[in-house]
Amino acid sequence: MSSKDPAPSIHIRRSPLGRARGLGAAKTGSHHWWVQRLSAVALLPLVLYFIVSVLMLKGAGHAAMAAYMAEPWNTVLFIALIAALFSHLDQGMQVVLEDYIRTDSTRLTVLMLVKAAIALLALASLISVLKLAFS
Amino acid sequence: MKDVREALMVGRNTEGKLVRRPISPFMLGSAYQFQMSSATSILHRITGVGLGLGTLLFTAWLVAAAAGDSAFSLVQALLASWVGLFVLFCFTLSLFYHFCNGIRHLAWDAGKGFELPAMHRSGALVIAAAIILTVAFWVIASFIG
Repeated sequence: MSSKDPAPSIHIRRSPLGRARGLGAAKTGSHHWWVQRLSAVALLPLVLYFIVSVLMLKGAGHAAMAAYMAEPWNTVLFIALIAALFSHLDQGMQVVLEDYIRTDSTRLTVLMLVKAAIALLALASLISVLKLAFS
Repeated sequence: MKDVREALMVGRNTEGKLVRRPISPFMLGSAYQFQMSSATSILHRITGVGLGLGTLLFTAWLVAAAAGDSAFSLVQALLASWVGLFVLFCFTLSLFYHFCNGIRHLAWDAGKGFELPAMHRSGALVIAAAIILTVAFWVIASFIG
């Protein structure tokens, strides 16, 4: 927006009252905020567990990795980590993209592509852990 | 203008004319001094996006393990190469920073630590903790295996 433009005019599909209230869709505005905090808190212990796992699996061969993932507690914690990690990533990337991409069409397209990529990465990670656990 | 957020920055003056409301300059740049608040905030976003790219490695590591011996050996060897170790170092530094600053954000969400001196102290503490945890991680890693 250039401040040199002498006469601003508005052409949006929104009433002056709606614009003045500035509430957006309202009612569900805090849900995204809340689930992002929920995944953040879940990630605190899960990330610490992941760091310990990575140290234990440093230089591990395939057999050691497969045996580690096949331990029931490790299977469960890795699945929980994947769920919390990728939902937190999805929520965080959405906020960043919504903040910085101004054009509606570009923002929606990039959001869909990023969300699809994150969903596919989450599924690939999940199926890999399950395959290691059950084979 | 057609953007809702831009339209929200337009109001009427006492004569009823449409005028642009004044807005602050962007938080980073020549308009402001270096500040703990904006620096730690933008670092949280940068490390968050960086960790998002890092999940590509996380997924590659798991998928390779599920694919079999040769794929996993390849990924483990790539991660242990100089390039791999450099990327992993950046990943751990980002992870520890985002982890510590995330706790700071959760404390703010609980309404604690908003006073400027407390905010400056916690910001310095987060940066120091991220560096110390990263060094500790790599020292421990060097003694393992």
